Amino acid sequence: MIDLQGFGGLLAEGTWMTIRVTMIAATAGVCIGIGVALMKLSSSRLARLLAETYTTVLRGVPILLVILLFYFGAIAAVNSAARAFGYMEFIDVSAFAAGCLALSLAFGAYSAEVFRGAFQSIPRGQIEAARAIGLPSTKTFFKITLPQVWRLALPGLGNIFLVIMKETALISVVGLDELMRKTQFAVDFTKKPFTFFLVAALIYLGLTVITMGVAAWLEGRANRGFVAQRRGG
Amino acid sequence: MNVQVMIEAIPALLGGAVLTLQLVAVASFIGFLLALGVTAMRLSGRIWLVAPSYAYVFFLRGTPLLVQIYLVYYGLSQFPEIRNSVLWPFLREPWWCALVAFSLNTSAYVSEVMRGAITAVPVGQIEAAKAVGMSSLKRFTKVIAPQAMQIGLPAYSNEIILMVKASSLASTVTLLDLTGVARSLASETYLPVEVLGMAGIIYLILNFTLTRILRGLEWFVSPRQKSGPGTLAKA
Repeated sequence: MIDLQGFGGLLAEGTWMTIRVTMIAATAGVCIGIGVALMKLSSSRLARLLAETYTTVLRGVPILLVILLFYFGAIAAVNSAARAFGYMEFIDVSAFAAGCLALSLAFGAYSAEVFRGAFQSIPRGQIEAARAIGLPSTKTFFKITLPQVWRLALPGLGNIFLVIMKETALISVVGLDELMRKTQFAVDFTKKPFTFFLVAALIYLGLTVITMGVAAWLEGRANRGFVAQRRGG
Repeated sequence: MNVQVMIEAIPALLGGAVLTLQLVAVASFIGFLLALGVTAMRLSGRIWLVAPSYAYVFFLRGTPLLVQIYLVYYGLSQFPEIRNSVLWPFLREPWWCALVAFSLNTSAYVSEVMRGAITAVPVGQIEAAKAVGMSSLKRFTKVIAPQAMQIGLPAYSNEIILMVKASSLASTVTLLDLTGVARSLASETYLPVEVLGMAGIIYLILNFTLTRILRGLEWFVSPRQKSGPGTLAKA
């Protein structure tokens, strides 16, 4: 077993922060993704243009740059605003907030494509049928469309979740105390970079395996109505 | 918004973009060669070749690229054997470390693309090639590889774009790639939004151009190109 020289607790704290940031980004990202997907499918040209611009920009620019932009941009904005009011001390902003915001937007941009595909594969007849029996459109969306979109989008969302979880490591660059930065503390202290970065890599690998397990379980659950059909056919 | 600063930053940022493209080009070339070997092992059907190639791909795809860069750049110095070896003058340099990390990382992703593309070639075609007595080398170069290329190219194009974006991590080991230049300019000018925003625009242009070029390549290897009369089919 690898000797962690008493840094196990520190790494555990970092891992917990990594998990928190990932969960926040995933939750916010799914909401953004659904919203942007609906905008892409809407009849309004302006909504479509906005949604396309958003996904093109977020998918075409490195996430590291987005994180730096939000973090340093927010610092610049907050401090110049403070100066305008005569406050001359330096104000720091939260790396946690900047990182969560950047990753949520990235998750939203990646998942918008997945959701768009899922929305499009819901048979039109079902929505017409719902309308025919007099369901209001919000109820049609939440009771007919969304549960099925969830099932269709799950495999894609699982992949995006894995990508974003690994990208949380980049928030260490702006000083968030997640797994990577805690590992750097341990490295500075012990002078054993290979050992500790390898441990960090194994923790990320463990998180990946757990996520894949959960995703497979969720997919199995979401597809439970289709299992019999597939076996029969 | 200070447009003046944005425009003045362009020449320095383009200088950084050259390093970005250089890293991407060399890493994707080395990564491609490594991926060929890994894919061959993965599809060999022998457990002692399949297992290590699976572990290789799993490790590189399951961990953040930042960890991989740090493992190479900071991690290798932990071993006196490496510090005293002939490789040390290279592995001391951030450029080589970033290159090693990027090459290994992309090779894992590309080998998955290759595996998917090769297994997607219909079995009947391979059987037919065997039936007409093609050698296994000829079977690969004349039947499997051309079709796998068509199937795999869209996913491979994606991988190149991901690589351009991933190369921004070179800035974390002090390299002055596009992101690295933008970061140092941002702290010099105290105008992070303008400078980082301009870097973002350059990334968008780079990726857009690369996507177009790769689409062109996809069209070039697609079968309809060759089916018409008087086209490359004769060659």
